Amino acid sequence: MQQDAMQQQPVHAGTIETTYREAVREAIRDAIKRDSRVFLMGEDVGRYGGCYAVSKGLLAEFGPERIRDTPLSESGFTGAGIGAAMAGMRPIVEVMTVNFSMLALDQILNNAATIRHMSGNQFGVPLVIRMATGAGRQLAAQHSHSLEGWYAHIPGIKVLAPATLEDARGMLWTALQDPDPVLIFENVMLYNMTGKLAADAGAVDIDKAAVRRAGRDISLITYGGSLWKTLEAASSLAADGIEAEVIDLRSLRPLDDATIMASVAKTRRAVIVDEGWRSGSLAAEIGMRIVEQAFWSLDAPLGRVCSEEVPIPYPRHLENAAIPQAPKIVAAAKAALGRL
Amino acid sequence: MAEFRMPSLGADMDAGTLVQWLVKPGDGVKHGDIIAVVETQKGAIEIETFQTGKIEKFLVDVGTKVPVGTPLALIRTEGEAKPAAAAPPPLAAAAPRPIPAPPPRVAAPAPPMVPGEAAVAASPAARKLAQERGIDLSAMTGSGPGGAITYADVERRLAAAGVAPTAPAERKPGAWLDLAAMRTAIAAAMARSKREIPHYYLEHQVDVTGCEQWLAQKNAALPPDSRLLIGALALKAVALACRRYPAFNGFYRDNKFEPSPAVHVGVAISIRGGGLAAPALHDADQLLLDELMRRMRDLVARTRAGRIRGSEIADPTITVSSLGERGVEALYGIIYPPQVAIVGLGKVVQRPWVIDGAIGPRSVVTLTLSGDHRVSDGHAGALFLAEIGKLLQEPDKL
Amino acid sequence: MTLAADKPHLSRAHMLDLLQRMIRIRRFEEKCYELYTQEKIRGFMHLYDGEEAVAAGVIPVLEQRDRIVATYREHGHALVRGVPMTKVMAEMYGRQEGCSRGRGGSMHLFDAATNFYGGNAIVGGGLPLAVGLALADQMQRNDLVTACFFGDGAVAEGEFHESLNLAVLWELPVLFVCENNLYAMGTALARAQSETDIQKKAACYRLASEAVDGMDVIAVEAAARRALHAVRESGKPYFLECRTYRLRAHSMFDAQLYRDKAEIDAWRHKEPIARFRAWLEVNHMIHPDDLSRMEAAIDAEIAEAVTFAEAGTWEPVEQLTRFTYAETSIPAGR
Repeated sequence: MQQDAMQQQPVHAGTIETTYREAVREAIRDAIKRDSRVFLMGEDVGRYGGCYAVSKGLLAEFGPERIRDTPLSESGFTGAGIGAAMAGMRPIVEVMTVNFSMLALDQILNNAATIRHMSGNQFGVPLVIRMATGAGRQLAAQHSHSLEGWYAHIPGIKVLAPATLEDARGMLWTALQDPDPVLIFENVMLYNMTGKLAADAGAVDIDKAAVRRAGRDISLITYGGSLWKTLEAASSLAADGIEAEVIDLRSLRPLDDATIMASVAKTRRAVIVDEGWRSGSLAAEIGMRIVEQAFWSLDAPLGRVCSEEVPIPYPRHLENAAIPQAPKIVAAAKAALGRL
Repeated sequence: MAEFRMPSLGADMDAGTLVQWLVKPGDGVKHGDIIAVVETQKGAIEIETFQTGKIEKFLVDVGTKVPVGTPLALIRTEGEAKPAAAAPPPLAAAAPRPIPAPPPRVAAPAPPMVPGEAAVAASPAARKLAQERGIDLSAMTGSGPGGAITYADVERRLAAAGVAPTAPAERKPGAWLDLAAMRTAIAAAMARSKREIPHYYLEHQVDVTGCEQWLAQKNAALPPDSRLLIGALALKAVALACRRYPAFNGFYRDNKFEPSPAVHVGVAISIRGGGLAAPALHDADQLLLDELMRRMRDLVARTRAGRIRGSEIADPTITVSSLGERGVEALYGIIYPPQVAIVGLGKVVQRPWVIDGAIGPRSVVTLTLSGDHRVSDGHAGALFLAEIGKLLQEPDKL
Repeated sequence: MTLAADKPHLSRAHMLDLLQRMIRIRRFEEKCYELYTQEKIRGFMHLYDGEEAVAAGVIPVLEQRDRIVATYREHGHALVRGVPMTKVMAEMYGRQEGCSRGRGGSMHLFDAATNFYGGNAIVGGGLPLAVGLALADQMQRNDLVTACFFGDGAVAEGEFHESLNLAVLWELPVLFVCENNLYAMGTALARAQSETDIQKKAACYRLASEAVDGMDVIAVEAAARRALHAVRESGKPYFLECRTYRLRAHSMFDAQLYRDKAEIDAWRHKEPIARFRAWLEVNHMIHPDDLSRMEAAIDAEIAEAVTFAEAGTWEPVEQLTRFTYAETSIPAGR
């Protein structure tokens, strides 16, 4: 996969050809070098080099204090990350995938998210938790979840979904400097994505959505791994004379209502693309916000493209049918325009 | 005397059943003694007293279920109660006030209402545009799913009607209703009125100097946008007069007159561009002048902006029309069916007047009545007008 | 550290101090019970009667800069640690003058000034937190100990095992204090654990440990001194099992169908306060006047705390969402 679709930077000596994975690695390196409070902790992040090879080479560079392998104790080491953050460190806890994060859910929800409010602002938890997420590698039901929407439901934490090289490189630093817990979701299908990145790319904001493609006929609102499928769908639609505006949410909690509503006010139609299961999805939340804030602009019913309500199956054709794909997004957009 | 009450023992305990007393009247008890057993949904729990003294009297029978806080027994404490064993303060005292729902984060815009809306399928954007431009959605077909009317459909309709669909932010006064359609409707109503209603006309000149003086004094203390106008006094006087003379307040339908129990005075409002509407000031006889003035201002503003509700157009029981500002001394209006009267108000002029045998300048206004002769006659009309004139002599009583 | 520091100094002053700490907890809990029945305190409330010797024996041995993680049965721990009684009582009442702004209540007492990290209501949930606090201290080379209190119920939770393992693996300065009161709510230890000797489990993790009679405040203090000495010297964690008993029900609304009165009465005869007082009397270390003076002062302090709480104010509803997130500005980048 290539990021060229929305590449706006000219190729010059100041850009490098890199991958999403390498961008994340560079973000971690940069943070550890610049801030002595930062360290990475998780399963197989050290000797193994990271399940997705994100932290390859970092143990040799920074040593076992800053790159800590943990036993398979998600609750234990996530809670430890919370305690360490409360006592002055800035840990990056890596939960191998969102699928295993359930074991740490109690620590995330009952400690990280609540401590500031519950203690009357005496203690805060400046922790970053990174997790791989999403389906598409035929890993079957227990390894293919997209639970960003669940986490985005919880007050007290922030939830990010970097979908581009710039965001993979730049969100981590800002998240580490945040005084509150930040969860960063990296879609597994994006790690191999190649593209160009400014050589001096650095920290970016973590609370604004981005318009990745301008258009006037319909707003396609999405995040994470689905961004690229949505851009692909937008190209298809353009061939049919439909100009779609594509919005990359980037931050799932808080949601950038202003950008979303400005787009819908302009196009009057919206389809939300969300790899979570349909019922009670983040797409449902966004749809409701649009109805609350932009009802009088709407010229068509809202649509959404989500995962089918099944545990994600193993064979490729079934997995593909279960999760959002570009043709489904095209169809949903055309339905909204009455152009089926 | 201290009260021993049913204690709260848990977050979800609302009541308990007293199943056993472990003491009897006359027994001495001290702080911490277990003196009764209570049955709850979780099982039997022993309860203790925090007072020291003698059991005076039981207040609740064994086997009774009572809410938490109910006094179960009286304990006569020895002399002064120890500070730690003081009678428990009343339970309700420190109840936190109910937590109101937090204010909604986003204020919903007020929905524009179109009079006579049927269940037409149209998108919100189409509705808004139609309402702003005065397009009747029920007369249109739509190209959206299921025949729903879309924004583009309304745009096309406007283009066909030769009206440029301006940006929604722009709102021309009077454009809330298709003016051509409005005039057509007025034409039909007025023609019918003249055809069917035998009108009679009466005129009465009223000295309103007292009104003007009273207004000047009252308005001196008010900011400009709250000041009372003489029209408000007239409206109130008409409304009060309707109470005394119900023959002028109601509807003529099915060959008979139905007097109305309420007085809703229609206020004739001209709309720039040639439109006219007469929405109602409800229960005008009961409104205080300040409120009446405020509602009148609101009615005028909303009418001119196109935001009148259907009910406001449909139910005035009598109408008052004023052309005083236009410089006309008297006007003889046409009754709006099914109403049975319309009162006209001309301009206030300075006239020479005879008072106590001497001539002096007075402010005078000409009141007119157009009445439905099927319901009332000149005698009643004269009394009605005279009543209005009389009421206007005592503005402070309006 | 000299050997003298890890043995209790049995002076009269110190003995009276220990007794006072325990009585202060006991009386406070009694008052809370009374206030709860009057609906002044609401929600869940868990009282410490019978277990006072553990908090009174361990906590004073810690230094002010050390950290404490406790459970929802933490009133005694907070008081001994030095969280002002007024603030604790106001917190129980839900007033904003409480130590957690009134937002936590009985189960969530937090106090940054005394390094008191709650007040945790999920059984076992505080152990990973304690591991993390100690991890930060190790990485920042702070010479601190984190004391983590939990019950026998937590031993069944996965977090117990994960936390002990991590603490030993990474050599973290945690003092794990298990207050084994033989019941996890209504479930007796024998019905919850295949191996009821909790101290043995620590050994499986190669964690230095000791078991002590939790009803004997001197024994607890002595054990705590040994434990803390070991942690500070070695930087490694330590596990102290205090064998105690809970004289009252698990929480307020508990009919105690799961244990019989005879058992409770038997333990009442061994309860720490009566036992210690008897020992002091036999050894002529206490005079009846000492006791009445002590009790009067405690009752006065409690009355003052109640007055303070009664006069407290409610946090305005408009402030509801404050401190969900920090109020410092978030850097936009770089």
